[in-house]
Amino acid sequence: MIKKLLLFVLLAGAGVMFWTGISDYEVKQDLNPIASYYADQGLEETGAANLVTAVVVRYRGLDTLGEVVILFLTASILGFFLIKRDGKNDFRESSEILKTASRLLEPIIILAGVYVFVNGHLTPGGGFQGGAILASALILAYLANPNDSISKTLLKITESFSGLSFVIIGVLGIILAGGFLDSTLLPAGSIGNLISAGVIPIIYLFVGLKVGSELAGIVTNLKYAPKNESE
Amino acid sequence: MESNLNIIIAIVLGVIILIFAALAIYHKKLSVAIIAAGAVSLLASIMYLLLAAPDVAMTEAAIGSGLSVIIFFYALNKIRKHHD
Repeated sequence: MIKKLLLFVLLAGAGVMFWTGISDYEVKQDLNPIASYYADQGLEETGAANLVTAVVVRYRGLDTLGEVVILFLTASILGFFLIKRDGKNDFRESSEILKTASRLLEPIIILAGVYVFVNGHLTPGGGFQGGAILASALILAYLANPNDSISKTLLKITESFSGLSFVIIGVLGIILAGGFLDSTLLPAGSIGNLISAGVIPIIYLFVGLKVGSELAGIVTNLKYAPKNESE
Repeated sequence: MESNLNIIIAIVLGVIILIFAALAIYHKKLSVAIIAAGAVSLLASIMYLLLAAPDVAMTEAAIGSGLSVIIFFYALNKIRKHHD
C-alpha cells in the first residue's frame, strides 16, 4: 500500500515537473544562430543537397566518429563475452517459402542499403541507415539458411578497413584542408550530382560498410553464443 | 485542411503506439512483448515521417523494428530453458 502511494507521489511529482517545463512552450519562429548558419551556409560550404548529412558528416563529423566508436565498442564487448565455446550449433532447417523468398529479396535489400548510403548526401538516409539495411539483409540470409555462416574474418576485415579509412580521411583533412573531417578535401562539384559534396559520399560509404559489418557481427555472435546451461 | 488530417493521423498513431507499448510491458509471453516493441518502433518511424524527419524515420525502421527485434529473439532463444 505504502509502495503504491509512494509510486503515485513520484508520478505526480514527475508530472508537475514536466508540466512546468512544457506549459509555456511555444514553437519558435526563427532558428537559433547556429541552426540558421547551417541552414544558410551549409549548402554552399559542403555542396550536400541533404542538409542533415551536411551537419552529421561535416559540422558534427567528430560526433559521428564517436558514434561509430561506441558501436564498435558494443560489438567488441559482445564478441568478447559471447565467445563460442562448443564447436557445433545445429539449427532447424527453415521453410521452403522463406528460403525461396530470401533468394529473391536478399539482392534487392542489399541494393537498397547500398543505394541509401551512396546517395546519403542527396536523399534522406546515410551511412547508419544504409548499414542497418545491409545488416538486415545478412540477417535474412541467416534466417533462411541457418546452418550457413558468413565469414567472420571478412566482417572483421571490412570493419577495420572502413574504420581506419574514416580516420585517415579525417586526418588528411587536417593536413590538406581546413580541419579534421573537412569535406573540402575534394572539390564540392555541382550540387545534386552523385559525385559531389567533397569527401562526404566517401565517408558515408565507409560508415555504411562499418555499421553494416558491425551489426552483422553482433548478430553472428549472438547466433553462435552458447546456450544458458545453468538450469 | 491537410494539416488537420496530419494532426488526426498523428493522434491516432500516438494512441496505437501507447497501446502497443502497454502490450510490450504487460503481456505475459515475452515473444509477444518483443513483437509489440517492434511495432512501436515501426509506428514511431511513420510518426517521424509525418514530422518531416525522413532520416530519423529510416534509422528507426531499420534498427528499431528490424535489427533489435531479431537480436531480442536470439537472446530470448539463448536464455530460455531447454525443456520448453
